[in-house]
Amino acid sequence: MNQIKNFTKGFIKENPVFVLLLGLCPTLGVTTSAINGLGMGLATTFVLVMSNLVVSIVRDVIPDKVRIPSFILIIASFVTIVELVMQAYTPGLFDALGLFIPLIVVNCVVLGRAEAFASKNNIGSSIIDGLGMGLGFSFALTLLGAVRELLGAGAIFGFNLIEGELMLAFILAPGAFIALGYLIALINKLTSTQN
Amino acid sequence: MEYFVIIIGSIFVSNIVLAQFLGICPFVGVSGKLSTSVGMGGAVLFVLTLATLVTWIIQYYVLNPFGLGFMQTIVFILVIASLVQMVEIILKKVSPSLYSALGVFLPLITTNCAVLGVAILTIQKDFNLLEGVVYAVANAIGFTLALVLFAGIREHLDLMEVPKGMKGVPIALVVAGILALSFFGFTGLV
Repeated sequence: MNQIKNFTKGFIKENPVFVLLLGLCPTLGVTTSAINGLGMGLATTFVLVMSNLVVSIVRDVIPDKVRIPSFILIIASFVTIVELVMQAYTPGLFDALGLFIPLIVVNCVVLGRAEAFASKNNIGSSIIDGLGMGLGFSFALTLLGAVRELLGAGAIFGFNLIEGELMLAFILAPGAFIALGYLIALINKLTSTQN
Repeated sequence: MEYFVIIIGSIFVSNIVLAQFLGICPFVGVSGKLSTSVGMGGAVLFVLTLATLVTWIIQYYVLNPFGLGFMQTIVFILVIASLVQMVEIILKKVSPSLYSALGVFLPLITTNCAVLGVAILTIQKDFNLLEGVVYAVANAIGFTLALVLFAGIREHLDLMEVPKGMKGVPIALVVAGILALSFFGFTGLV
């Protein structure tokens, strides 16, 4: 029961993007389409799970004072792995996400979970926490990507749904801010009526 | 002329915050007040310029000759983290007044993606050392400009009546979107 709660909290209640407002740079930067959002989300999920796992294993070995630099080093190693793998197997997605792949290192969600959760909990629950948070992050990015793609290009995951005049601004930079603003407002509204 | 293009291009046309989405966390988090956003801008200017200078030298004199290009992400983030720490220690000793002005913001800068982002972009764009430094300074100015403009608007926003669900971050993001829309007018300038 506890583990299920631990897993599902990332989706709505403690969603890293909509509620905790962490990792906004990649959220806004890559979500020009649903598939880009999903790709970025899954890459971040991998880094989150792996770094949570390693941090949780070494948490008793690392002295308290050098804890943050060590965490950053662990995260950076996994980001480099993701970078190389994506460059080799999904070159199209690698080009689309561009700068934001190395920038997973400075995504506050990853360091935040390492510091707030994995450094205090055992290996099993750290992995579940990383997986839940990562999938919650992917969910948020995919949703935002889908909304922007639908309004700006009339498609979701590349499937054309709307023909005619579209709001091009939603694919461009300004639309990212506006779409995320309204999505957060909507989630606020939904969660406040629930309680 | 080249430098002029770099400066105008990075401050207005592809503003680091409003068009490239780097450094959003401080943009949303710190920009509640005008005075703090000026302080944050100063700290970013300092660290960004220094970090770009150091990472450029490391890329071209250490990583490239030894064929270690794939280590870029790890090395850069380590350099930036230690640089921030060092700047903090030196400032504390040399200029306590500046330290007390920038001090709070310095630790936040390590995880500011603007710093790592600009360091990597400088390498990707094949700038030479001087161009890289100009690019870094211009981006820091662009960051400060966006932050200060946004803080000014948010100070007014506090006095407005906003629907309950939109209060706080959602309305701030919508305003940022409109600000980004107005920066879009600079497209095609250079």
